[in-house]
This record gives sequence, structure tokens and C-alpha cells, in this order.
Amino acid sequence: MNLALEVRDLEFSYPDGRQALGGVDLAIETGTRVAVLGPNGAGKTTLALHLNGILRGSGVVTVGGLELNDDNLNEIRRRVGIVFQDANDQLFMPTVGEDVAFGPANLGLRGAELEARVEAALGEVDATELAQRPPHHLSGGEKRSAAIATALAMEPQILVLDEPTSGLDPLGRRELVQTLQGLDLTLLVITHDLPFALELCQRSIIVDRGTVVAEGPTAEILANDALLQQHRLEMPFGFNGSALGDRSTGS
Amino acid sequence: MGTGHAHALYVHEHSPIHHLPPQVKIAGAVAFIFSVAITPREAMWAFAIYAVAIAALVRISKVGFGFLLTRLIGVLPFIAFAFLIPFIASGEQVDVLGISVSRDGLWASWNIIAKATIGASTSIVLAGTTEVPDLLAGMNRLRVPTLFTSIAGFMIRYLGLIVDEIGRMRTAMTSRGYDPRWLWQAKPIAASAGAMFIRSYERGERVHDAMVARGYQGEMPELRRRDPSVQEWLTAAALPALGITVMVIAMVAT
Repeated sequence: MNLALEVRDLEFSYPDGRQALGGVDLAIETGTRVAVLGPNGAGKTTLALHLNGILRGSGVVTVGGLELNDDNLNEIRRRVGIVFQDANDQLFMPTVGEDVAFGPANLGLRGAELEARVEAALGEVDATELAQRPPHHLSGGEKRSAAIATALAMEPQILVLDEPTSGLDPLGRRELVQTLQGLDLTLLVITHDLPFALELCQRSIIVDRGTVVAEGPTAEILANDALLQQHRLEMPFGFNGSALGDRSTGS
Repeated sequence: MGTGHAHALYVHEHSPIHHLPPQVKIAGAVAFIFSVAITPREAMWAFAIYAVAIAALVRISKVGFGFLLTRLIGVLPFIAFAFLIPFIASGEQVDVLGISVSRDGLWASWNIIAKATIGASTSIVLAGTTEVPDLLAGMNRLRVPTLFTSIAGFMIRYLGLIVDEIGRMRTAMTSRGYDPRWLWQAKPIAASAGAMFIRSYERGERVHDAMVARGYQGEMPELRRRDPSVQEWLTAAALPALGITVMVIAMVAT
């Protein structure tokens, strides 16, 4: 088994003493797409911020066999791309092109090499035409694509997305699924959108009160009404979760 | 901001001045303004030459005289103040249109009006021909600390978002029946200013996280670098060269 990401006994408390993560254990195989489900305030985003060392708790985070420590933060940040919930937080440069170039430029790329990287990243999300546009003039869907491109430009091994479907219209959501399915990457997708998780991710984990409380194939997790209810989750009106049975997903 | 149409100070045109690298334009404008500022106020002919030079600049840059005049409104408060000086200042009095005013005050007033107008016009042309990100990049190239230029850059990027947010807050207040008319109704506005401060602070933290996640280590990468040619430096030097020549002659002559 080739692990893209391994988290062992990760604990973290905020400066005010509130415990956000209480011993998270997690192992994700290379190439799988995993949904991270759970109620508001469960610690999902806090977990994501630990995966590339923006927050540092106690415990071990290993990315592609490399254990995160003070000396390899840069390499870890190259390996783990994070797409933040509010695209406005991620797009801070004057134009989309410069924003996509920001990451690889920090890695030391310049000139033609940098341009090629930017073009490739924008191409992967079908957004080449956005390069010259200022971010505040983009639609929600365009902002989301641009934000994903900024992370892809680092050529990561793992892409972590925080609530990627929030604020998207149904068609934008559909296009996002297609874009993400087309990426040859390990994906970790934090979401409240259970049908989205079902469509995109082979596996799911449920995080509640700072620990992983369930893990398994997405269809199995979503078919377990009692489990969902226990953690403030439910399939949207009109969906029959328990009918999913052992339907294979995420293909 | 990035493509020009987004910023009120920029005139989207193609002119030789638009195409000059930002750092040579900034250096040229600053040197010219400096020479104008130290020109003796008695040399009125010198200011006439400066005015002609500005007119030529507006012409070449296709910024437009209408645009220049509209933007010059910003200088009006200073000019209004300058108009008061002859009436307040002491010293030898002279009669102008039957009103007794101070001679020194008149000179001081002329000095402020002439220099402020020429200086402001120069910077209006500079801003009208240079996009904001290029201005910031130009300042970086002139060794203005990146701390200042990145703060300015972020401010410009997020100003729109903050204004939108204030607008939404205002709408939320209005839709709950808040319609302030008097000063004592201002408390919710003060409270919302506090809320805006906290929200902006939190956004700042999230943006910083997003930057760190992409390998930011305290220094913004230079993405708009373009080294000017000698020709470009010479072109931009024309204006300050004229300014300095006129200024030196005026100093010797008076």
C-alpha cells in the first residue's frame, strides 16, 4: 500500500485553550479521492491547515513518505496544495496569471519555465483565458477555477479543497466535478455536499469533535442513516441514502 | 486594476508614455516635480515653460485635457487655502482691485498655486499612463521597501471587497429599519466600523495562510520585472532635464 498521506495522533488546541483536534489518525492511499465530512466546527478546516504545516500541533504528518518538520516545510507545501474556502482569500495578486505564478515563483521558477507552469495550471481547469483578468471581476465559478489553478501550479501530490462547491450554481458544480475527476492527483475534499462527495470520492471519512469517527467507501458511509444522524449529517431531501447499498462510486 | 478599466486614475490608451517602463516614469516625474518645487517663485516665465511642458505631456500621452482638469479638482482645497494667504499675511500692503492685500502674501499664494497645479498635473499624467500594479513594481525597482509596496498592493486589491462588505452591512441595517438622520443615531455605524475592522483583520490572516501555503517566505516574487533600455531612460529624462535647466537659469537670473 502506497500512502500519499499519513496522519498519526494529531492534536491541536487553539491559543484560547479550545481543543480543535483530539488525536486524528488518517491514512490515504495515493490516487484516491477522499471526502472529509462532518458537522460545522468539527475541526475539518483545522485538520487541512495541518497538512502543510500552516498550523502545527503535536503528532506526526507524513506526506509521500516525508515526515513534516521545520526543515522541510517548503517541500511539504509544494507537495500539498490547499484550495481555501473563500477564493477571495486565495486570489490576492493584481491578475489571475500573476496569482497562479505566485506559488511557483516562490519555488524559484522564472521566465519561460514559469510561464509554461502558469499556462499548464490554467489549462487544467479550462481557464487559460482568465490569465489577464483581475480577480475581483470574475464570477464565482471562475474564481473557484482560478483558485484551484493557483494550487495546481505548485504541481502538488495532494490537493486539499475546503468546501469547493459552496456558492457555485448547479452547472458550476457540475463543471467542478468534471475538472476534479480529470486531475491525476490524490484529493482530500472537505464538504457538506454529500451528493458531491458520492459522485467524486471513492472513500469518505467523518470528522467530529476533533477525531475521525468513521471511515469507509462513500456509498457505505452515506447509506448508514444512523451514523449520519449521529454526526449532524443527512442526505438532502429526495435522496435515499440507504438505497445506495454497495454501489461503487467515484469512478 | 490589472487591465486598466478597473481603475479611475488610469486612462486606457496606447502612447509612447504608456509604454515606458514604470520606474523611469516615476523617477522622471519625481525629478521634474522636485525641480519645479525649488524654482524661485519670482521667475514667472519659468512656470509658463513648465505649463507648456505639461500641456505637451498631456498631448503625447493622450490622457486628455478634460481628464486632467477633472482630476485637478483634488488640488482645490490647497488652492482655496492659498487664496486666503494675501488677506492674512502681514508686511507691505498693495491694492488689488481696490482691496488692500499683503505683497508677500500674494507671492506666497502664487507660489503654492503654481507649484501645486504643476506638481499634481505631473502625477495625474503618471497615474493616467501607468497601471497601479506597474506603479508598485516600478517603486520596487527604485528600491522602495517591498513592505510598503506590498501593503499598498493588498490595500488596493481588497479595498473593493471591503467597500462591498460595508454596502452589504448597510443594506442589512436598512432592511431592519435603520435610517439614520441625526448624529445620535450614529452608534450602529460606529459598531459596524468595529466589525469591519475585525473582519478585515481575519481576512488578512486567511490571506496570509493562503500565501504561506504556496511557499511565501516574507518576500513577494518579482513578476513584472522589465529592465529599461538606455533609450527609455533618455526619453523619460527629457522632462526633468528641461525642468532642471529652467530651474537653474531661474535661480541664476533672480
